[in-house]
Amino acid sequence: MPVATEDEAMETLVTPQMVTSKGVWGPETVSHPVSLSDIRKWAIAVYWPETPSRLFWDEEYARTTRWGGVVAPEDFNPFGWPIRTTPAPFAGGLPGKAPQKGENVLNGGQVDTFFTRIRPGDVITERTRLADWEERTGRLGLTLFLRHEAEWHNQVRELVKRRLATSIWY
Amino acid sequence: MTQQLFFEDIEVGAEGPPFVRKTDVMNWNRYAAVNDEFIYIHMDDDAGKAAGQPGAFGMGNLRWSYVFNAIRGWFGDDVEIREVGLQFRAINNKNDVLSTYLRVVEKVRESRGNLLRLEVNVINQNGERTAPGHALVALPSKEDGAAG
Repeated sequence: MPVATEDEAMETLVTPQMVTSKGVWGPETVSHPVSLSDIRKWAIAVYWPETPSRLFWDEEYARTTRWGGVVAPEDFNPFGWPIRTTPAPFAGGLPGKAPQKGENVLNGGQVDTFFTRIRPGDVITERTRLADWEERTGRLGLTLFLRHEAEWHNQVRELVKRRLATSIWY
Repeated sequence: MTQQLFFEDIEVGAEGPPFVRKTDVMNWNRYAAVNDEFIYIHMDDDAGKAAGQPGAFGMGNLRWSYVFNAIRGWFGDDVEIREVGLQFRAINNKNDVLSTYLRVVEKVRESRGNLLRLEVNVINQNGERTAPGHALVALPSKEDGAAG
C-alpha cells in the first residue's frame, strides 16, 4: 500500500517500492483445488436470497448446457481462505484507529477478459504486477489511483482470465 | 432455468430485466464468507465512518457479481461472457436498493462469434448510477446453434 510519511501536507503517495516494482510480475499464487461445494456456496452468496442457476450446483442439468458440466460463475474467486504464511495484506481502516493519510482504500473497478471457464477440480495460478498509477487531488484530498494487472491460468496452463483493476488510496 | 435467447432474438437498444437486491449485512456477510473478505470497512460502522463514509458499506465486487447474474438471467446459461468492465463511482450503503441496467449498444456477427456489446450499470434507489461499465457477450445463433 502507499504509505504516508508525513501529514496532510505531503506531496505524494507514490513510494520508492512502487517505482521499482512497476511492470514487474510478482511471485505466483496457487489456489487450493476448486470444489463443487466452493462453486455452490459462491453462487448461493451472490444470488442470495434467490436460488442460483442450476448450472452452478446441478451436474445433471449442467451437462445439458453448452458447458457440459458444472462451471464456476465468471465472477468466482478461487483464492479465498489460503493457509497464510504471511500477514494478510492491509485493506483499509480499523475500528478505533484514525487512518493515516494514504491508508484508506476503495475498490475503483476492473475490466476482466474471460477465456477458459473454471470447473470443479481446477487449480488456478495467479500472477500480478503493478501496471501504472495516477495521482490527483480530489474530494478526499491527495488521492492515488493504482492499476494492477493479473493473469489466471488453470493446471494445464490454459488462460482463464486477465484483469486490469484499479484501487483508490486516500 | 432461464430461457435461452439466441443472437437473432436481440436487437440494438434492447434492455434486459434488472437484477434487484436490497443490500445489508445478510448479503455482505455471505459474500465476505465466500470471498474471504472480512474487512472492517464492510463490517463495522465505526471503521466505515473513520474512512469518511456514513458507516460500513458494501463490497464493490458484490455489485460486480450482480451484473453477471443479470447477464445470465437475461440471455440464459449458454451465454458466453467474454468481457466485463465496471467503475465503482459511488458507495453501496446499508439498505440501498441496487438494480442492474443492461442495454445492447452494438450487435456484430464476426469470426470471434455472435457478439453483443452492452452498456452496463448498477443504479441505486436514488437514481445514482453507481457502477458504469460495459460487457461483451457471445450468444448462440439459430443458424449454427452455437455461441462463439
